[in-house]
Amino acid sequence: MIAKLMGRDMRRGCGGTWLPIAFFLLIATLVPFAVGPDAKLLSRIASGILWIAALTAALLPIERLVEPDRADGVLDQLAIRGVAEESVALAKIIAHWLSFAPLLLITALPASALLAMGGKDLARTELALAIGTPGLAALAVAVAAVTAGLPRAGSLAGLLLLPLAVPLLIFGAANALLLEAAISILLLAGSPFVAAAAIRASRT
Amino acid sequence: MTSLLRFEGVALRRGGRLLFENLDLELQPGDALQVTGPNGSGKSSLLRLAAGLLQAERGTVERSPLALADDNLALDRERTLRKALWQWLDHYPLDRALEIMGIEHLARVPVRLLSTGQARKAALARVIGSDASVWLLDEPLNGLDADGAWRLETVIGSHIKRGGAVLAASHQPLPGVWRRLELGT
Repeated sequence: MIAKLMGRDMRRGCGGTWLPIAFFLLIATLVPFAVGPDAKLLSRIASGILWIAALTAALLPIERLVEPDRADGVLDQLAIRGVAEESVALAKIIAHWLSFAPLLLITALPASALLAMGGKDLARTELALAIGTPGLAALAVAVAAVTAGLPRAGSLAGLLLLPLAVPLLIFGAANALLLEAAISILLLAGSPFVAAAAIRASRT
Repeated sequence: MTSLLRFEGVALRRGGRLLFENLDLELQPGDALQVTGPNGSGKSSLLRLAAGLLQAERGTVERSPLALADDNLALDRERTLRKALWQWLDHYPLDRALEIMGIEHLARVPVRLLSTGQARKAALARVIGSDASVWLLDEPLNGLDADGAWRLETVIGSHIKRGGAVLAASHQPLPGVWRRLELGT
């Protein structure tokens, strides 16, 4: 049941996967227009920009992560079958990560060219993104579950997620990989329980 | 005989309102129980409580594996009926479940194009294919045509004969032989 759920979520996530990716590229394109084409300046702030772009890209599909399944009774049917909400949340985290992160890591290559990023910097940022995005995906699912069913859930989710993602951003942009990994693991470990409690509490 | 579903002294409160209290009910293999009552008397809530989706304020609920068909379709709208149903079936042959409800010709139709009655039949097909011993049906006749109602009666009959049990909530009379439980009196 869990494998089926993960496959389904992946398929649904991948259906709209180009959207966050296009968004990611768009931000990387906009920054040179905003700060000017000074290659030195751009390459200095490039890794930070990629992180901001990754953050917003992960935030984009957040309304579709949990709410449609709650409204349509999919979460209820899973519970009736004895699938723990924690497992559902974990499946959703994995599916969400798979549907945006690998493509994002690839798209970071053309984005780095737009930002005059050096090869070494790019490699470091890619590694940090690879470590940090699972935590970001976990956070996104937890926030999606907490806000599911609320009016204006999308904006609320942004307000909730972005501050909580600050540690990921700080350690990721500073390339403190061990601390980044620690935060990512913490989010991965905690989010399924937060999401599960939120799903259970949303049942009326 | 062991019971498939048992409520003992159950009270349920929703939104601050006490829907019922001291409710006892027992479903044994071969039982069909219809919950009746006016709108808002807690029929659907009783089913959700039986399914474990709501918590009783007092009392105990014991249950065996169940399947629920309520207003929420829980089938992916952009997929074909066959693929959407496949998501939920473990061992039961999918075509057989479709055939029993008379919707095998819709197998390749996307779920979003199904009519109300066809969608209801699809939800019932999922219950049929669930391997669960207790069926919880919320207003099962809603949207069903005469053929659908007849098919439902037949399949409930054979489920009960196999030692299953059915708990249905409906304000209109259901075809077949049912024990009745009146809520909100």
